[in-house]
Amino acid sequence: MRKLSWNVRRVRLRKRLMIFGALCALFPLASSIALPARPVPATTSKPIDELVRLVRQDCGSCHGLTLKGGLGKPLLPENLAGRDADTLAQIILDGIPGTPMPPWRGILAENDALWIARKLKEGFPDAAP
Amino acid sequence: MRRRDLLQALGLATVLASAPMANATPAASPPCRPTGALGIVIERASGSVLLVDNQARSTITRIEGLGDVSHASATFSPDERFAFVFGRDGGLTKIDLLTGRIAARVVQGGNSIGGAISDDGKLVAVSNYEPGGVKVFSAADLTLVADIPAMVDGARSKVVGLVDTPGRRFLYSLFEAGEIWLADFSGGDKPRITLLGHAGKEPYDGLIDPSGRYYIAGLFGEDGMALVDLWQDPPRIRRILNGYGRGERRLPVYKMPHLEGWTQAGGDYFFPSVGHHEVLVMNGRTFELEMKIPVHGQPVFVMARPDGRHLWVNFAPPNNDTIQIIDTPTRRVIHTMKPGRGMLHMEFTGRGAEVWCSVRDENRIDIFDTHTFGKIASLPAKAPSGIFFTPRAHRIGL
Repeated sequence: MRKLSWNVRRVRLRKRLMIFGALCALFPLASSIALPARPVPATTSKPIDELVRLVRQDCGSCHGLTLKGGLGKPLLPENLAGRDADTLAQIILDGIPGTPMPPWRGILAENDALWIARKLKEGFPDAAP
Repeated sequence: MRRRDLLQALGLATVLASAPMANATPAASPPCRPTGALGIVIERASGSVLLVDNQARSTITRIEGLGDVSHASATFSPDERFAFVFGRDGGLTKIDLLTGRIAARVVQGGNSIGGAISDDGKLVAVSNYEPGGVKVFSAADLTLVADIPAMVDGARSKVVGLVDTPGRRFLYSLFEAGEIWLADFSGGDKPRITLLGHAGKEPYDGLIDPSGRYYIAGLFGEDGMALVDLWQDPPRIRRILNGYGRGERRLPVYKMPHLEGWTQAGGDYFFPSVGHHEVLVMNGRTFELEMKIPVHGQPVFVMARPDGRHLWVNFAPPNNDTIQIIDTPTRRVIHTMKPGRGMLHMEFTGRGAEVWCSVRDENRIDIFDTHTFGKIASLPAKAPSGIFFTPRAHRIGL
């Protein structure tokens, strides 16, 4: 009885461990799949083509039309890999005091800034012809 | 008699000597074209420039293959035949205005911002952001003459405000290090490099007056400018316009202002204020602030018409659809117009009768009468930015 009971417990424990392990394994996987697939904000306050033009032309006057950097830092995906989109959106909205990076709040709404931040991390689209 | 025969013989010899050359290369001889009214327009997004004629108000041809020319500028050879275009991707391109073709091109750095040509027309200097420093090339064939790194405390600094000054010399400022340097090529192709001193926090651009005597660096990191008098020996730096924005709230700057074509009009100087929607007026003798002229937005270019009577001002986003014209003697805005979005640059014809304005987002160049402010013509251009006419060939610092 005791032996059987132990075996039953052991099987149960193994099952639980397997489920736990599977969950552990799945969770980061699931989250890593989910993150890039996290949709860009469904709504932006400005039309998308206007945001693309603003980033390429106006941000581009410091960061370069190709976003490879200039007076401002490069904004290519490899340069932004270490920062999450929310942080980038905050930088866009509030600027970086003590540097030439101005606050864009007032010109860009929060959903615009978040859209730009996510698109910068993915690789920013080219300006519409 | 004998002497006349000799002269005739010499004349014939000259004709004979030159004739085979002309016959041998008929295709290579460039078209006969006056260059005094020519210019180039940078097409920012497409890596091309337009060769234009400001007398005919027309485009002669489009020249492609210049790489990334966002924020490109240009300077001209003393004979007004060649333009040197400084591209953002470090490309330096020599364009032949007679043939409308690229005569030479090098990619000299990773990320450049502007350049200058020496007073003798022999050296072309390029200032770089990445890697920071100045590279100097032979104007003839763009071979490298000198590589001047801008190292301060072990870190390369971005180079801004590079200008030529008489005596085969170039002046430039370092953005991070806040210093002004002089590179002197008067002794040959090995320059003497001298630190002139500390300008202040974050110089963003520099300019030199038409005599080549005064160099001024604008500061982004603080309210003020740095003045170098090159007639002093050794040249010394003096701070001017200190704290011009004191007591005022500093507004966000969505595009760096430019200092170009030293705006000296009626004996005084006019600059964009940084972080304030004003044009600063500085006394030309005392270098003290005289007044601030309120304008529509953050000024980017404050350009004097060649006679100095009016100043044309454009603005940073979100006000970059507007031009304002300031009357120099009364120091008031006398005209405001909105040619279209992305009003990036203005260039006057030689004596200032007309001005060409690039309207980037409308893919158009607008040409205005500078006395009536009426539009004379428009030309199509792909996202035009800088416009450069050949009279710059004869102006110090341009």
